[in-house]
Amino acid sequence: MKDKQTCLQTAVDKKAKKVNNPFVELIDRFYVLFDNKKVRYSVLAAALAVLLLLPMRTSMYFMEVMTNVWFHVVVCLGLNIIVGFAGLLSLGYAAFFAVGAYTTGILILHYGVSFWLTLPVSVLMAIIAGLAIGGPTLKLRSDYLAIVTLGFGEITRLAARNLDITGRATGLVGIERPTLFGLAMVKINHFYYAFLVLAVLAIFISYRLQDSRLGRAWKCIREDEDAAEAMGINVVAARLLAFIIGSVFGALAGSFMAIKMTAISPESFLFTQSVMILLAVVLGGMGKIPGVVLGALAVVVFPEVFRGIGKYRMLIFGAVLLVLMIYRPQGLWPERHT
Amino acid sequence: MILEVKDLTLRFGGLTAVNKVSFGIEEGSIESLIGPNGAGKTSLFNCLTGFYRAQEGDILFEGKSIMRLKPHKITTLGMARTFQNLRLFKNLTVMENVMSGMHCRTSAGVAGAILRPPSQKAEEKRIRDVAMECMDFVGILDKKDRLAKNLPYGDQRRVEWARALATQPKLLLLDEPAAGLNYDEKMQLIELIRRIRDERKITVFLIEHDMGLVMKVSEKIFVLDYGVKIAEGTAQEVQNNPRVIEAYLGKEEENAV
Repeated sequence: MKDKQTCLQTAVDKKAKKVNNPFVELIDRFYVLFDNKKVRYSVLAAALAVLLLLPMRTSMYFMEVMTNVWFHVVVCLGLNIIVGFAGLLSLGYAAFFAVGAYTTGILILHYGVSFWLTLPVSVLMAIIAGLAIGGPTLKLRSDYLAIVTLGFGEITRLAARNLDITGRATGLVGIERPTLFGLAMVKINHFYYAFLVLAVLAIFISYRLQDSRLGRAWKCIREDEDAAEAMGINVVAARLLAFIIGSVFGALAGSFMAIKMTAISPESFLFTQSVMILLAVVLGGMGKIPGVVLGALAVVVFPEVFRGIGKYRMLIFGAVLLVLMIYRPQGLWPERHT
Repeated sequence: MILEVKDLTLRFGGLTAVNKVSFGIEEGSIESLIGPNGAGKTSLFNCLTGFYRAQEGDILFEGKSIMRLKPHKITTLGMARTFQNLRLFKNLTVMENVMSGMHCRTSAGVAGAILRPPSQKAEEKRIRDVAMECMDFVGILDKKDRLAKNLPYGDQRRVEWARALATQPKLLLLDEPAAGLNYDEKMQLIELIRRIRDERKITVFLIEHDMGLVMKVSEKIFVLDYGVKIAEGTAQEVQNNPRVIEAYLGKEEENAV
């Protein structure tokens, strides 16, 4: 028994000492530097100022891409709550922004409701959808949830394709854009700012959730479900909550997408969309908020940069991902070592 | 009686792991469950804490049946447990591990997390205070910011005890707490178990293989063999019980063959 224990101990010690690479130490230094509130807030303020001033100097195309980045930041952070925080695999996330987009689209187009009033309805619909999908499946192991969400994604798309209220295959066309304090939201810059605000809110809420009682509960569940349950954490309820919050993020982003595009069709919510978002989360580093933002940026910008090489860009994108996943399975964002 | 078990039976298919076991644990006592390997001790523990669902019998905690409750409910009622094989949250810090125990004693939800009203801040402070106190109690306060997986084995055990104490239990179930500990650590464990009872007024019920430890610390011992309770009593009574000796060492006739 004693021998076994010393073995164990040396193994633990060895593991702890393994991180002696100068690069890792440098990153740890940055982390420590960033812990200083003054440094953190001045860096963030500078970054925000640049982002706010960006539309004045750049092209429409660049604004379009950046708006798409913010949209992806929101949905990726939403999925990150499900996948990264709570450790649940969801393969049909696009369905949740379909729920938001169609709710807003239908209410504006068929009932003439103001856009801003459709947002609470969109949230409500996301909660209902989240409960309907998560309620029965979250009691099961996470693999089952992946299959059910995959099915849900396809069902939502096919339902939208075949229902009259969703405009069948043509979708909803001519969704009226709203006004905000008398300003009509028509230019790309307006949407750039709208999605930037959403993205900042999403980042803020993600951090707040992460550093809360709920965030800690999710971390525990991800680490060891049984031990979490033994600590008095209601595992099913905590997971359901994560699933619903993630869905709400997606639905709100979908609502804004509906007015930006003014037209939505079932083909906007393909399985590949869900996979791209999941990819961004995994690529950046599950559960790490800056990593997920980086991942969102990567999946939007990469195909744009390589647009020149036409149909081969997805092939290269795939190859890069493969290499990344082999050499950095934990994602782009570095881990902190304590 | 803080805990009463009545005719508890647990079957896995054709195998009866726990067979009509009845016993009671006095409030404020230190009691133990012993038995040879495979006697059904951990299965019985898992029934008590809600991880397994027994088919027959009843379990009363402070007079109320907890047979059909989920583990997190049972913990909330005031029964905490540790695991035979360490089940720490390995990639979390010691502090975060211990803070998790306070989950069932606090209530902040989504709105509290996002808006951080004063009530939530006060609650967070309370969680930290309790966690610090529990870590201090078991003697790992100086390692609070280390990742659980980077601690030596003995310290990992302590984290588990601190985590269980942070749930503020009335009854603490320890599943083989001495497994893998060296002699000094075992002596400290005995002292700790006594302090848990004397200073914190928590009833302690443990499963243990280490006879020396069990005999030293327990006021009452139950012996389980093939899922059946074969004896109960003080350390001395149990040690001299022929059925217990038989269970551990085998019958003389059998040995002769």
